[in-house]
Amino acid sequence: MAGDTTTESQTAIVDTAAEHGVGFPPFDATTFASQLLWLAITFGIFYWIMKNVAMPRIAGILEDRKDRIAGDLSEANRLKDETDAAIAAYEQALAEARNKAHSIAHDTRAKLKAEQEARREKAETELNEKLQAAEAQIAGIKTDALSQIGDIAGETTSALVEQLIGKAPTKTDLTKALKSAMD
Amino acid sequence: MANDPISQFQIQKIFPIEVGGMDFSFTNSSLFMVLTVAATSAFLLFSTSGRGLVPSRVQSVSEMMYEFIAGTLRDATGTDGMRFFPLVFSLFMFVLVANLFGMFPYFFTVTSHIIVTFALAMLVILTVIIYGFMRNGMSFLKLFVPSGVPGALIPLVTMIEVISFLSRPISLSVRLFANMLAGHITLKVFSGFVVSLGAMGAVGIAGAVLPLAMTVALTALEFLVAFLQAYVFAVLTCMYLNDALHPSH
Repeated sequence: MAGDTTTESQTAIVDTAAEHGVGFPPFDATTFASQLLWLAITFGIFYWIMKNVAMPRIAGILEDRKDRIAGDLSEANRLKDETDAAIAAYEQALAEARNKAHSIAHDTRAKLKAEQEARREKAETELNEKLQAAEAQIAGIKTDALSQIGDIAGETTSALVEQLIGKAPTKTDLTKALKSAMD
Repeated sequence: MANDPISQFQIQKIFPIEVGGMDFSFTNSSLFMVLTVAATSAFLLFSTSGRGLVPSRVQSVSEMMYEFIAGTLRDATGTDGMRFFPLVFSLFMFVLVANLFGMFPYFFTVTSHIIVTFALAMLVILTVIIYGFMRNGMSFLKLFVPSGVPGALIPLVTMIEVISFLSRPISLSVRLFANMLAGHITLKVFSGFVVSLGAMGAVGIAGAVLPLAMTVALTALEFLVAFLQAYVFAVLTCMYLNDALHPSH
């Protein structure tokens, strides 16, 4: 069997060589003209189709996509900028509100404190006044009482002296005596 | 066909055409050139027909190819090289799809013929030469005289530069041609082993596992090579075009 195959293939080679005169088809110059002609025709048509139809179409597709992507990107950037601006505005408003709240709280606290202080001062002043009034009154009463002590002592002394000696002392003596006693 | 690894490269006439003693027949090679062009154009046009802002899967494949080649060309030549974008893109797609078509069993590999790859390479080199002179005039020849070389070495260096320039179309075409040819021959040889051994009974079938595994691995490698060679062709085209745009290096 193997022998048969070898013989066959050998025969084939011999046949080929016999048919064409040249053993190796790529070097068979008789086929060159036909190959060159048909290559020129087919490759020429191919080049024309590529240059005028296929490549402009692919280039157009790629161009469209590039433009579209660039457009979408710039739109996205624009939206992002807008978002950033909105966020910044929001944060600014928030900060302002916070500051305002702070200042309101501060003002209120200060006002309340001032009011309280004023009320306290007023109360203190009133109390001081009352205290002074009371002290003045006490001093008055004391002075009165002290001044009346002399009279009472005089009366008492005169009554005592009258009882002791049967006769009331004179006013001058009494005063003199009282004075020396009280001093 | 049997196990002969060369017969897959055989050119067969489908419609014989002869003009003035020259053979311009429509062959299996011509058929696969037409199929390559038709399939690639159809794919690119249908996949982008929706013009989706959000691409469908096939549309993103087309866009990826487009941006891949655009990036390669822009990296190599700068923005003024983008005038050659249709040429580089067409070359890349044509070579890539022709290579990949060759991976189908019983399909003919257009790029496994030196005349085809040489024609494509000459297209590139002629573009470089014609555009180079059109744009730079005689200063395009500065390409062969690198700046900063000591005076005594200039003749030698210039000779080397000229030879390397002249060998470009050859290396460009032979690289692609040889890769496709060698890959397909290797695949065919290993898969031929599977058939031959398989015919030898139980022991043979057991032994055929090895070349079968090899065939599977080589198939994967060939897909890589098919893409890689198309890419290499496109990258070198970009570099050569860069010489036409900026000859003083």
